[in-house]
Amino acid sequence: MSRALIIIIALVLVFGFFGCSTYNGLVNKDENVNEAWARVQSQYQRRADLIPNLVNTVKGAADFEKSTLQGVIEARAKATSINLSADQLTPENVQKFQQAQEQLSGSLSRLLVTVERYPDLKANQNFRDLQAQLEGTENRITVARNDFNTVVRDYNQSVRTFPAAMFAGVFGFQQKGYFEASQAAQTAPSVQF
Amino acid sequence: MKKLLLSFIITLAVALGALAQDIPARPTPPRLVNDFANALSADQRAALERKLVAYDDSTSSQIALVIVPTTGQYPIADYAFKLGREWGVGEKDKNNGIVLLWAPKDRKVFIATGYGLEGAIPDAIANRIISDVIIPQFRNEQYYQGLDQGIDTIIKYASGEYKADPSASQGEEGPSGFMIFVIVFIIIMIIISRSKGGRGGGGRGYRSGRGGGPIFWPYTTYSGGGSHSGNWGGSGGGFGGFGGGSFGGGGAGGDY
Repeated sequence: MSRALIIIIALVLVFGFFGCSTYNGLVNKDENVNEAWARVQSQYQRRADLIPNLVNTVKGAADFEKSTLQGVIEARAKATSINLSADQLTPENVQKFQQAQEQLSGSLSRLLVTVERYPDLKANQNFRDLQAQLEGTENRITVARNDFNTVVRDYNQSVRTFPAAMFAGVFGFQQKGYFEASQAAQTAPSVQF
Repeated sequence: MKKLLLSFIITLAVALGALAQDIPARPTPPRLVNDFANALSADQRAALERKLVAYDDSTSSQIALVIVPTTGQYPIADYAFKLGREWGVGEKDKNNGIVLLWAPKDRKVFIATGYGLEGAIPDAIANRIISDVIIPQFRNEQYYQGLDQGIDTIIKYASGEYKADPSASQGEEGPSGFMIFVIVFIIIMIIISRSKGGRGGGGRGYRSGRGGGPIFWPYTTYSGGGSHSGNWGGSGGGFGGFGGGSFGGGGAGGDY
């Protein structure tokens, strides 16, 4: 056996093993992103599930503004119509998802501001519980989004930095989108008593 | 687009770093009552600590009472989750921690529930504890009574959810891809040096230490954050230490 052949075989082996462990590392990170995304989605879903209860409770209050309620219902319908599976997390898709959800956040906060004018409603225990749940859900969304951004940052760094970047393209690992802090997110419904 | 992304990452990292700096360090020796604002007397602190340690010993659920003068520019909720995660309140596999955070200067209180206690103390219940038990006392400046009764109510709701586990242990991860890589590398080197016709291992000795081969640094994911203090022997009455529990945004708060 010639020395050159052995060196070539050694190089192929090293690259092979390196490629495997790169691939495995990327798969792990990809799985982390999927998991974090599932949590983000379930928290948004939780919020969407709370809204019908909220709307019904608020409807009970005499002559509550119909347009505000209608806005929430429509924004909810729009937000729940955008469903992203974990392999569709391109930056554009995530941005679209975020926009739809933020529209819902906006109309929800308008609703909660309007409620301030209805003292009976504010004193209603059922409504107070719903408000606490909604507030908790907003907090969970924030946490889930931050966690998602953390794992996506980790994943994107791997996909884009040498040497893993050499393999990422071959194996079809692409960059994923973040949630970006926006004006609307910072003014998400905050409930004051 | 890439520039935008990069600047976003940097902003986020800076923001996270800034927040991390504002969270007080985990207390050593570990305590469950942490009064950074000197709002309670030494006797009151000791009484609450005894109650919380006894509760931790019997149920393994950890309730940390933290008093900071102010949460600064951060919402009290974010501050409480961050602190709970950083200190690791609750056990790692149960996530049964609670942070009761009070910021006297901001006139705000918050109950943050760990993942594992969100079922026992849903947000609506946390909200009722805050607004019906703690805040009425706080409005009368009965701070100790408010905290004491608040903790009693939390304990009442959380009891029965978890039992203390005398032999809490956690498994270690298997050998990582790095070790496999090192072994393969050594084997290849041996083959190459053998092929040099008997004079194997002449001049250079290949070391298998961690510093070897920085060019081909292999790719592994270390997920273990290492926020473990581990001491769970606690039979001497003191608090054994935080266990590494995590928080997902559950809880409720209010101002007075």
